[in-house]
Amino acid sequence: MKAVARSALLLAALLVVSRPAEARLFDPQTFTLSNGMIVVVVPNHRVPIVSHMVWYKVGAADEVAGKSGLAHMLEHLMFKGTKSVPPGDFSKIVSRNGGRDNAFTSSDYTGYFQNVAADRLELVMRMEADRMANLTLDEDNFRTERAVVLEERRSRVGNNPAARLAEQMEAALFLNSPYHRPVIGWQSEIAGLTRDDALAFYRRWYAPNNAILIVAGDVDAERVRPLAEKYYGTLPRADIPPRTRTEEPAPEAARRVTVTDPRVSQPSWSRLYLAPSQRAGESRLAQPLEVLAEIIGGGATSILYRSLVVEQGLAAHADAAYDPVAVGLTSFRIGVVPRPGISPERLEAAVDAQIARIAKGEISAEEVERAKTRLRASVVYARDSLHTGAQVLGEALAVGLSVEDVESWPDRIAAVTPAQVAEAAATVLDARASVTGLLLPEPGAQPRPDVAPATLPADRGIR
Amino acid sequence: MPRLLAVFALVAGLLLSGLSAPAAAVTVEKVVSPGGIEAWLVRDHSNPIIALELSFRGGAALDPADKSGLAVMTAALLDEGAGPYDSQAFQRMLEDRVIGLSFDAGRDGFRGHLKTLTEHRDKAFELFRLALTQPRFDKPAVERIRGQIVAGLMRESESPETLAAKAWFQAVFAGHPYARSPRGEIASVKAIKAADLKAAVRRLLARDRMTIGVVGDIDPPELGRLLDATFGGLPASAAPLTVPDIRPGAAGMVKTIERDIPQTVATFGLAGIKRDDPDWYAATVMNHILGGGGFASRLTEEVREKRGLAYSVWTGLVPLDHAGLILGGVATQTSRFDESVALIREEIRKLRDDGPTEAELADAKTYLNGSFPLQLDSTVAIAQVLVQLQTDRLGPDFLDRRPALIAAVTRDDIRRVAARLLDPAALTLVSVGRAQK
Repeated sequence: MKAVARSALLLAALLVVSRPAEARLFDPQTFTLSNGMIVVVVPNHRVPIVSHMVWYKVGAADEVAGKSGLAHMLEHLMFKGTKSVPPGDFSKIVSRNGGRDNAFTSSDYTGYFQNVAADRLELVMRMEADRMANLTLDEDNFRTERAVVLEERRSRVGNNPAARLAEQMEAALFLNSPYHRPVIGWQSEIAGLTRDDALAFYRRWYAPNNAILIVAGDVDAERVRPLAEKYYGTLPRADIPPRTRTEEPAPEAARRVTVTDPRVSQPSWSRLYLAPSQRAGESRLAQPLEVLAEIIGGGATSILYRSLVVEQGLAAHADAAYDPVAVGLTSFRIGVVPRPGISPERLEAAVDAQIARIAKGEISAEEVERAKTRLRASVVYARDSLHTGAQVLGEALAVGLSVEDVESWPDRIAAVTPAQVAEAAATVLDARASVTGLLLPEPGAQPRPDVAPATLPADRGIR
Repeated sequence: MPRLLAVFALVAGLLLSGLSAPAAAVTVEKVVSPGGIEAWLVRDHSNPIIALELSFRGGAALDPADKSGLAVMTAALLDEGAGPYDSQAFQRMLEDRVIGLSFDAGRDGFRGHLKTLTEHRDKAFELFRLALTQPRFDKPAVERIRGQIVAGLMRESESPETLAAKAWFQAVFAGHPYARSPRGEIASVKAIKAADLKAAVRRLLARDRMTIGVVGDIDPPELGRLLDATFGGLPASAAPLTVPDIRPGAAGMVKTIERDIPQTVATFGLAGIKRDDPDWYAATVMNHILGGGGFASRLTEEVREKRGLAYSVWTGLVPLDHAGLILGGVATQTSRFDESVALIREEIRKLRDDGPTEAELADAKTYLNGSFPLQLDSTVAIAQVLVQLQTDRLGPDFLDRRPALIAAVTRDDIRRVAARLLDPAALTLVSVGRAQK
């Protein structure tokens, strides 16, 4: 799922922790407040810190046409003050209490979090609950933040040809679903958003019965419950409209999207297939598709890497990705980078030959077993990290899955059969439901002189 | 049996104003193997996982001038076949056991990373040993990895951030190995031969350069045995480190690289201080107030929050082994780029001339102390901290001492270090974007 963060620091972390393959058995404690807000506590007592997160079940796909970018814009504006916390002070208060905070928006959800010492939990809970109900928005602050978001779009998309291609591919894949809109919004529509748009969206979607509280770290439900009741439990419910993800028509045509740019010197090739998620379409194929992605492109011994990179020497990289956590349909992605000197056309033919084999069911039972073993073992690493459980449970609940759906994931992976993987491949790897994307140098452009990147010194963690 | 030299509490909470520090969370033990190899260990049996982080002092800065990128390419090849196993056999053993094993290199260091489930512990350490001591550098693997690195260099060659940072380092460190990108140039990477890779292993990997951090489901006796078995075969010492210290140059240089892009991106910076400088903690607090503290920093307040000129503006201290830097970045609308730069210069001047307020100082301290344990959020992350402590020669009690070092910084300390470092006219700035009218 695409995600756009309030500040740049977060994105890398999100990409790392959001792999659904790491989800499982976090042994969370859960309860529901009287106003309908779900609370999930994930104890992890190694260090006296907590991660406090509120997830709203609303994202860019819940915007109305013509207002793209509104969910993400509101995420930025949530830092612009209430009666008791002046504009811009939220993050400063967290910071001067030794904490870090940020927020993020995807197509299906919007999240806010603070990482703090365990003894600061009540402080951040009070402030987060306050802005769930009491946001005030000054016109000047709104305009300034809209300018920031336009700069964010230029940074993430305008200045980045690969991101422009990804945006165009998703717009082409989803013909009728709101997922065809970029989370950050189209530039012209961001520029037209108003303060009233943001406040209306806030009143429509931000309420305790449309939110999930996740607290992970050195806490337990006994400590969280009275605080949650005091700060969140007293907020009024609201009538939340149903979330709709308009259905995709039956796929009729393979699509091709090409972005050419003088700044591209290394071509890349990728393909998206429309795919069921755990909540939409043939959701029984969700776990077989996770196993399939692992077999096709999960590592150095996967089918695509082995055949295209190692054996044929046509590609520098090859991978596959599938995330089943979405309200509506999702995508199955294959990406390759040609080795220098290899044309994208030649590589595409080789990729398609492999895909044709896989779609015909030429996957061995041994490959299925190996992939299942790897996916299930990754659970141990997922449990080790303070943030992975919070992230995985938050995403799942925010798209309408249950805690049990998360906890039973290893069992569902264990139950996947080779026949199901073959069926998933045959169903999803259908050219008519695909978009092929090419990132190419400008035709006739002169290659630039040999320029290579500078890398900053690696992580210097201790200050 | 390994000796236990010392046990220190890695205190994780700390000095938030008005509150007592939470209890110690994890304990650092110094383990020395029967063969004399030292590692710092945090025992944690809550999950059946062991993480080992390894660092050798000396990295890409030691690359021969015409072979830049050699250390990085060597690192990328150590897990591509070793001992009796070719690349696919080696990778398959890792994948089937879900062992994480990799290497990388920066300007000053060459690092190894190992993560395993307890049940595959001995196999994981054995593969790590083979990678370090018997890498094969088979021709197909070398050409494949070379292709990946060249493709990566080509892909990033027109990224505005990359162009700006690369030109900045070339200007500031002209004539010094730090001027070169650790990942090298396309031409230099193409020139690397198998003999160069083997020479790099001999030059970079030796026990007298090595620091090790281990966290997880393992006890000192087993660790001692594995340390000897895994690292005992490395040479005792490596060639001397030949990189000279350097004072960053090109002060005051402003350069524009013209590109037709919708937003102008800049790297800017000043000479800074090294990690062992007595003013390190004052500089840390100063940087937090200037541009290191996100929404709590003056640059974010002036450039983003008040005027909406940028999504991101930041500064950071970069303590290289042979030079110190204050490095920053900003990306803003081209038509208002000059305004952003003027604001950055003005904030640098104001902090130097007027110093911080008492409130800024107090807030920076509570953040820098309170946020420190937030990074201890996984087994691997704690192991990385253990290696960094050793690389920076800080001692296992450093985490106990750090809160007081931060707390002791005064406004006068910051004025002193600001007078020494913050000269707006000395700012070196490289921007990438459209020409301004």
